[in-house]
Amino acid sequence: MPETKPVLMQGNEACAEGAISAGVRFYAGYPITPSTEVAEKMAARLPDIGGVFIQMEDEIASMAAVIGASIGGMRTLTATSGPGFSLKQENIGYAIMAEIPCVIVNVQRMGPSTGVPTAPSQGDVMQARWGTHGDHPVIVFSPASVYETYYLTIAAVNLSQKLRQPVILLLDEVVGHMREKVTIPKDSKLMVEKASDNVPADWKPYDDKGLAPLVPFGFGHYYHVTGLFHDQYGFPTGDPPQVERSLDRIHEKLLKYRDEVVLTNYIGHKEPRVVIITYGCTVRSARAVVKKAYWNNRMPVGLLSLQTLWPFPDKEVREVARKADVIIVPEMNMGQIVGEVERHVKDEAEVVPLNRYDGEMISPDQISELMGRWLS
Amino acid sequence: MGNRQEILLTGAGGQGLILASIVLAQAAVNDNKNVVQTQSYGPEARGGASMAGVIIDIDTIEYPKVVNPTVLLCLNQASFNKFLPKIKKVGECVVIVDSTFVSGPFRDEYKVKSYPITRMAKEKIGKEVVANMLALGVLNAATNLIDRDIFRESIFELAPKGSGELNQQAFDLGYRLYEQGSGQGMEESAQTPQ
Repeated sequence: MPETKPVLMQGNEACAEGAISAGVRFYAGYPITPSTEVAEKMAARLPDIGGVFIQMEDEIASMAAVIGASIGGMRTLTATSGPGFSLKQENIGYAIMAEIPCVIVNVQRMGPSTGVPTAPSQGDVMQARWGTHGDHPVIVFSPASVYETYYLTIAAVNLSQKLRQPVILLLDEVVGHMREKVTIPKDSKLMVEKASDNVPADWKPYDDKGLAPLVPFGFGHYYHVTGLFHDQYGFPTGDPPQVERSLDRIHEKLLKYRDEVVLTNYIGHKEPRVVIITYGCTVRSARAVVKKAYWNNRMPVGLLSLQTLWPFPDKEVREVARKADVIIVPEMNMGQIVGEVERHVKDEAEVVPLNRYDGEMISPDQISELMGRWLS
Repeated sequence: MGNRQEILLTGAGGQGLILASIVLAQAAVNDNKNVVQTQSYGPEARGGASMAGVIIDIDTIEYPKVVNPTVLLCLNQASFNKFLPKIKKVGECVVIVDSTFVSGPFRDEYKVKSYPITRMAKEKIGKEVVANMLALGVLNAATNLIDRDIFRESIFELAPKGSGELNQQAFDLGYRLYEQGSGQGMEESAQTPQ
C-alpha cells in the first residue's frame, strides 16, 4: 500500500510527477516561462530513476528528440509555452503522421508572439487543434487544478501509447504556477501495459485493419518511418485509395476510443436554464459561481467543464444545449472554443461568449453578472 | 463560504515573501486545511511591490486568486501604498506592517498593526533574512490561522538545511513581538495611532 500523504504541489510539478508515474523516462525541452518548472522537476528527478533529461538547443530540436526517443521505446514528454509550441508544430505533425506517441505540454501565456510571458491566457486552443498542417487528428486535455493536472498527464501518456498518437496538455499560467493541496500516491506506477508486449505474429507497423501496437526500433521488427503518406509497411505511397485509407485510419482510431478520450464533468441543476461551458483555470471561476447560485440559492444553472478540448465534446455539449436556454462560454481569449460550441448547439440555445484578454483571470463576478441577465 | 481566509503577503522582491507564502501554505496542508498559493511572477517579483496570495479554507477552494483580503502583510512602503487600497472590508482585514520600512500614513479605520519586524530580526537573531519567518510569527499570533506547533514544524521542514532552528526562533520572536503589542520598540516616524 503506497503512502498517500497530502502535499503542497505546483501544477507544473504535478505534471512532471504524473509523467513519471505514467512511466515517462525521457524529457527533452527548451525552458520557457511559465512552463520551466516542468523541466526543472524532470531534470531533478529523471537521472535518479534511470531516465534521461536533455536541454536541447531549441524547441524544434526538443520535439525531434522526443520523437526519436519514443520510436526507440521510451515514454516521452516535452513542455513549452506558446512561442515554443509554434516551433514544435512541424514535428508534431510528423509524429501524428508516423503515429509516434509523445506528450507535449503547453503552459499557455499571453500571446501573440512573445506577448506577456508571465500573464495567463487560453489563446492556444485553436493552435492546439490546427497548429500543424493537414487534416490531422489531435487529442488535447485542459486541466483546472493541480490534482487534475496530475491525472490528466497520466491519462495523456497512456492514451498516447495506446493510440500511437501525440497528446497535447494545454495548461495555463494559473494552473501551472499555483500550488494546491493534493494527495498523490507515493511511488505510484500508473501505467498501461507496454504496447510492444502484445505483438501479433503478422504485425505490420501501419496495419490497414486498424490500430497496430508500436514495436520500438531494435526489437525484432524493421520498418520505414516517414512523414509521407505510407503503406502498411511504412513505405511512401501516393496511391489515391491508400492515401485516403491511411488518413481515415488515423482519424478512426480516435473515433473508436472516443469515450475514453473525451472527458467532461457537469455539475448543477437537472433542468438548467443557463449553462456555463468552459475549461482550464476558468473552470475555477465558473465553479465558484455555480456553487453560490445552485448550491446556496437553488437557481437553475449548471457548469459543463471540459477536460478534453479536442476531439471536441460534441455529444455532451448538445445534451446540455437541449435543456438550457442560454449557454455562456467564458474564455481567456477573443473567442475560440465558443465557435465550436455554436457549431454543435445550432439553434437549441443562445450561445453567449465572455472574453477577457488583458492577462488576468475571468472573475466569478464577471460570470455571475452576465448570468444574472437571464435569471432575474 | 465564511471560512475562506485570503492572506496577501507583500513587500519587495528578495524579502522572502514567496518562501513565506509557501511555508504558510505547507503549514495549512499539515494542519489539514485546504489551501491554494499563488504569487506574482512578473518583473515586480524581482523588486518593487512583490506579492504572494494564500487562500485557506475548510471548504474546497474554487477561485484561486485573492479578491477580498482578510489578512494583509506589508514589508515595504511601496507594497503598503499599492495593496492597502485593495482591502474591501476596511477594519475587518488584519493589516500588519514592518515599521522598519513602512512609515504610514496609518488611517484609523484600517487598524494597522505595526511591528519592527526586520529590525528585530537583525538585532535579536543577527540575520535580516529570517524577517520573513518572524513576520509569519506575528501574523499567526494575530490571526491564529494555523496550529502554532504545526506551523513551527512546517518551518523546519521547508527551511534551507541547517537553518531550521534559526527560522523557528524567528517565528517565536514574532509571537513575542505580537504579545508586546503593536508599536513597541519602533521608530518614531512609524507610530501607530491608537
